[in-house]
Amino acid sequence: MAAPVNLTIDGQKLQASPGTLLINAAKQAGISIPAFCYYDGLALQAACRMCLVEVEKTPKLQVACTLPVAEGMVVRTDSPQVRQARKGMLEFLLTNHPLDCPVCDKGGECELQDMVFRYGAGQSRFIEPKVHVDEKQWSPIVYYDAPRCILCYRCVRICGEGLGVSALGIGNRGVVAEIVPNRGDHLECDECGACIDICPVGALTSGTYRYKARPWEMDHVGTICTHCSNGCKTTLGIRNGQILRANSRDHSGINGEFLCVKGRYAFDFNEHPGRLTSPLVRSDGEFKPVSWAQALAAVAQRFTELRVKRGNFAVIGSNHTTNEENFLLQKFAREVLRTSNIDHHRTGDVAGLIHALDGRTNVLASTDDLYNTKAALVISSDLAQEQPLLAFQLRANWRHHKAHVYAVTPGPVREDNYATTARAEPGNEFDVFESMRERLAKEPELVILFGDAIKGGRIARLVSFGDSLGIPVKYVCLVDYSNSRGASDMGLLPHLLPGYRSVSDSGLEPGLNYDQILAAADLDALWIVGANPLARQSLASPNAFLVVQDLFLTETARQASVVLPAASAYEKNGTFTNVCGDVQKLSRAAKTMGTKSDLEIIALLAKEMRQDFGAAKPEVVFDEIRRSVRGYDVPLTVIETGGAAKTVLLDGRPQVASRNGHFRVDTDANLIRSARNTLFTSGTLGRFSQMLSSVIEAPGALYRDPRKQPEVREGSVQVETVKQGQ
Amino acid sequence: MTFSPALEERFAKLLTSYPPGRQRSAVVPMLLYAQDEIGHVSQELVEEVACRCGVTPLQVDEVIGYYSMLHRKPLGKYHVQVCTNISCQVVGGEDLYGHAARTLGIGNKQVTPDGLISLEEVECMGACSWAPAIQINYDFHHFVTRERFDQLIQALRDGTYQETA
Repeated sequence: MAAPVNLTIDGQKLQASPGTLLINAAKQAGISIPAFCYYDGLALQAACRMCLVEVEKTPKLQVACTLPVAEGMVVRTDSPQVRQARKGMLEFLLTNHPLDCPVCDKGGECELQDMVFRYGAGQSRFIEPKVHVDEKQWSPIVYYDAPRCILCYRCVRICGEGLGVSALGIGNRGVVAEIVPNRGDHLECDECGACIDICPVGALTSGTYRYKARPWEMDHVGTICTHCSNGCKTTLGIRNGQILRANSRDHSGINGEFLCVKGRYAFDFNEHPGRLTSPLVRSDGEFKPVSWAQALAAVAQRFTELRVKRGNFAVIGSNHTTNEENFLLQKFAREVLRTSNIDHHRTGDVAGLIHALDGRTNVLASTDDLYNTKAALVISSDLAQEQPLLAFQLRANWRHHKAHVYAVTPGPVREDNYATTARAEPGNEFDVFESMRERLAKEPELVILFGDAIKGGRIARLVSFGDSLGIPVKYVCLVDYSNSRGASDMGLLPHLLPGYRSVSDSGLEPGLNYDQILAAADLDALWIVGANPLARQSLASPNAFLVVQDLFLTETARQASVVLPAASAYEKNGTFTNVCGDVQKLSRAAKTMGTKSDLEIIALLAKEMRQDFGAAKPEVVFDEIRRSVRGYDVPLTVIETGGAAKTVLLDGRPQVASRNGHFRVDTDANLIRSARNTLFTSGTLGRFSQMLSSVIEAPGALYRDPRKQPEVREGSVQVETVKQGQ
Repeated sequence: MTFSPALEERFAKLLTSYPPGRQRSAVVPMLLYAQDEIGHVSQELVEEVACRCGVTPLQVDEVIGYYSMLHRKPLGKYHVQVCTNISCQVVGGEDLYGHAARTLGIGNKQVTPDGLISLEEVECMGACSWAPAIQINYDFHHFVTRERFDQLIQALRDGTYQETA
């Protein structure tokens, strides 16, 4: 590393590495230089002129956001001249800016307000009438108020560079210049709302939140998005127990400023009128609302009777419930109901991967690795649609670090725009890997992300391909939902206990799997927690006592004997494990009257059945998880402070069971089925989000870079090369 | 979208006139030449130029919004541009523009019903030494008085006007 540069800012002597921008060098020293257009990680713009500073021996003021530090530089960021310049810039920015702060969504958290408060410009010399343009609606989500816009280009850059969508541009010039959408009068984009979040003023406002609240009226609760498996932190704005907005307020999550349409807008399912608020018990074919006590008693009584009779129980768990709930559910199933018939909708073969890598260490990639590893290979996943954060991370890695990204997919994907991609028909992937072998082997390191096309025995084949490259390789097994990984890790599997220990370790026999449970004709009771298997499959045991815990009266709940209204992920505490195995904390933000968290329900049921499950507190259960589940002994401080703690499922020690040859991989790879959710779908949950269904976009838009006409063809194994870098 | 062979040739040359990867530099000249041939910048043209230069149609739109000499609506056969910027203004440019609007019966950026003439009030065209100046398509006319203007318009209408540029 080159020798650091010495410079002085406001009399403070400091060092910075060469190439550091003055604005960042100052920030490191705790001196904040104001700026609107400068945004970390995006291209430099130098449009707003707010960051003007005095540099000794330079006659004119300099923009700190584009000026690299130099040896001996003496900078003043708060001289009278600088203050005067900032005041002047603000006077210009306010020329046509309406002073509608009292009704503006941004009022109270507006960067322009803050600057004017700090640097003045309380009086304007302009006497001309302000140019006014009416507000425009570009989509159900995005509204644009041109007069408020200060043309910092942040939205244009985040959309183009960050997301690769390029749906925003600048139209006209001078005083009538404004942001324009890509389809004339409306937007066709990911509807992610990044432009709204990044807007320093109230020019871009969101359809869900606009004119609803003042920022200071809300509590801001940082929690984890309940939709896909990527585990983005979303900060919910809560007023009177109601979620009014979601954003990435403090960029403190693994996702930084990123959130997709689901993370920012699909929280409205929580207030859907179809939310269940009372337990329902079927009597004479009709559902009857009953009290919690009655419903729990009914379930406990029936479970106890069947338990005494050694009845045939089965449990289907959820991809959306917390680790604590999943842990407790499998414990309940195995210890109270004494059954191994427990499974969940498996969307990726995590168990298969753990088995294939058993005995190794440092082979599972974390979310950070996707941003920092020199090369990545994406297999059979339309990443931008199915795993939005991971796609964003890889793209940012390519933008910032010039990482090489490879993708082998059945159809065209957005990664074609910058990656080396090849088409492979399902089942044909390995032939394509071979054609890439030489290039992959030249990479210093690699992360391989694979979807549900690689499962069962094919995982071992993939790992041996990875080994044969002779470079360090890490893996990510892609899964669909917010806690799909946690469901698997917590042993919602018929043949594996939490931490992927074989059930035979505990002297149990593997039970029925998901498909077998639904197909079994002799079930006495089926307990379905937060899942909707009967939307697509039918139940072969029509007389089984069916208990369903869910948010809504789903296809599955409609067939139940007892329905218990569950709290959503935004209404509970606990932890989720994301697709890369990072554990993060959920914080309760909202509350729906009449519901209970699944944890509470399970614990109450245990209590009703005279079973001692201890205190039904997430932290107590998590403590048990930390003590008993391999890889989950994560630092509590990281989790408690809202960080992401990496699980270490593979610590180099081989599983006892696998040494004995008992670690059985479920041979039926057909059980692993990704729902292939797009940006605009989220399984059953997504159907209850009005916002998700109101956007006109068809999923799968490629936002093809016109500079590059992909030459790859369907079914071919031709490898295409494109230039890497910015 | 196809253009005349001469224009196609010009485009082909333009695309090789810039360093590799900088084909977007050809957006402005391509739009100008194509506008001369087609009469205005149509949506089809925007998309064609975007495709050929490797940018998005939105990026081409940004350029069109910025440059006043690129027109999204069809102009008249003869586009009459009257300068009202400072040098012309002090010697009667504004009066001339007002006269033009009254005579032609159209306002700024409008076209006569027969599609022959369009009028535009423009900023400085660099002919300050010969103010007031007007420009008809690519031809300059200097020291234009009301009378001279009327003569020019008559010539346009009679078909006796000779373009030089």
